[in-house]
Amino acid sequence: MVLTTPVVLSVYGQKYAAEQSLVSFFSDAPVEDIKAENHKAISLLNVSTGEVAISIPIKDFEFAKSLMKEHFNEKYLESDKYPKAIFQGKFINFNLNDSSEQTVNATGKLTIHGVTREIKVSGTFQPSPNQIVARSKFVIRLEDYKVKIPQILWNNIAEEVEVTIALTYKRL
Amino acid sequence: MRILIVLFFLAGTACYAQDDLLNELEQSNPTEPEYVTSTFKGSRLVNGQTVKTKNKRELEFIFSHRFGAINQGLYELFGLDQAYVRLGLEYGITDRLGVGLGRNSVDKTMDSYLRYKALKQVVGGMPVTITAYGNFAIKTSPKKEDAGFDITLEDRLSYTGQLLIARKFTSALSLQLMPTVVHKNLADQTIENNTQFALGAGGRVKVSKSISLNVEYYHRFGVPDNNPYYDALGFAVDIETGGHDFQLIITNTRGLTERAFITETAGDFFDGDIHLGFNVTRTFQFGRKKK
Repeated sequence: MVLTTPVVLSVYGQKYAAEQSLVSFFSDAPVEDIKAENHKAISLLNVSTGEVAISIPIKDFEFAKSLMKEHFNEKYLESDKYPKAIFQGKFINFNLNDSSEQTVNATGKLTIHGVTREIKVSGTFQPSPNQIVARSKFVIRLEDYKVKIPQILWNNIAEEVEVTIALTYKRL
Repeated sequence: MRILIVLFFLAGTACYAQDDLLNELEQSNPTEPEYVTSTFKGSRLVNGQTVKTKNKRELEFIFSHRFGAINQGLYELFGLDQAYVRLGLEYGITDRLGVGLGRNSVDKTMDSYLRYKALKQVVGGMPVTITAYGNFAIKTSPKKEDAGFDITLEDRLSYTGQLLIARKFTSALSLQLMPTVVHKNLADQTIENNTQFALGAGGRVKVSKSISLNVEYYHRFGVPDNNPYYDALGFAVDIETGGHDFQLIITNTRGLTERAFITETAGDFFDGDIHLGFNVTRTFQFGRKKK
């Protein structure tokens, strides 16, 4: 019984849920660098198909200054209207039996600020007996997601931000 | 038993599409309350307070200014020759509790206050945000020798208590009610009571991401017939830029503390006793927020 169950799982789909998550972004602009971190993202991963879903609550991005958080929610991401950023996609080229850190790609739909775009990002994927660590770093353009920066603040906020995602999955 | 387990996993996983995974994810989301934020841009609606508290370790410097009434004509440059100023500071002890200090040139008043956000509006839950506000003020004018009677320190004191009850209806529309009591230790009993009650109402409409239009009105109750004062009415254009909040104001009062604008507003708005003014705030953050 103890032996059979994992076999069954690996054949018919195995689901992992993110136990720890860190989503951060960094914007490098002339006046001030802006960095925010979010530990409240949730995710599910189906290793039999590679399918992954990530949901990031916008209001849980924490900034160095409270006012930045307020403006981020109120003016840029409009989190009352668009409370979550969502990624729905697939990991490609991962090997569950290789416990080294593998370079993998993910493709899918990224929804931010109500705008959905197809994206392809690369990252790393490291399975171990009971957990999987997936990381990625990529750049998004604010314009692509209709995040408008008032002209008066152009010097404070870069048009591109670097996003870092690190997810530690545990088998369900 | 083994077969049952196999069947269980088969049934549970046979039909996976990406949407199902997302739906499952959304359902597994622990339901933490989602608090409504940014009901108002600033701590002042027009003359009076909003439910907003400073965040922990934020210090706000607020400079408020009212000109004279515009119906004084060209000789006074429509009021611009006169100026009434309040310089103030407000500090966030916690995200909910704030303390403030200020001095207003009207009646040379020093004021201090505490505000505490007791309830926060929650999406799909608590319908309103409620902040309790208590103000203690000392009117340092007139000088002892000019008072004409033996004025004591107690005579100079006044107290204001308010409940600020606000709801953000949409991201563009927020409304607020302000039941208020003002107590003055010394009042001219022929025209007013020592303890006075008022109900304020106001709100804001956002016209762009950085600009909102605000209105505020304080109605007084039980006012004696020969009381010479008016209810305070004001409008503001609220413009927010980075760490600054700039409010351009028209109102019928020159007072910038509760005692002065709620109970001693001298101007009749509809007779042209309108004062231009502005509130400018600058917020400083001390220390880094804990991650």
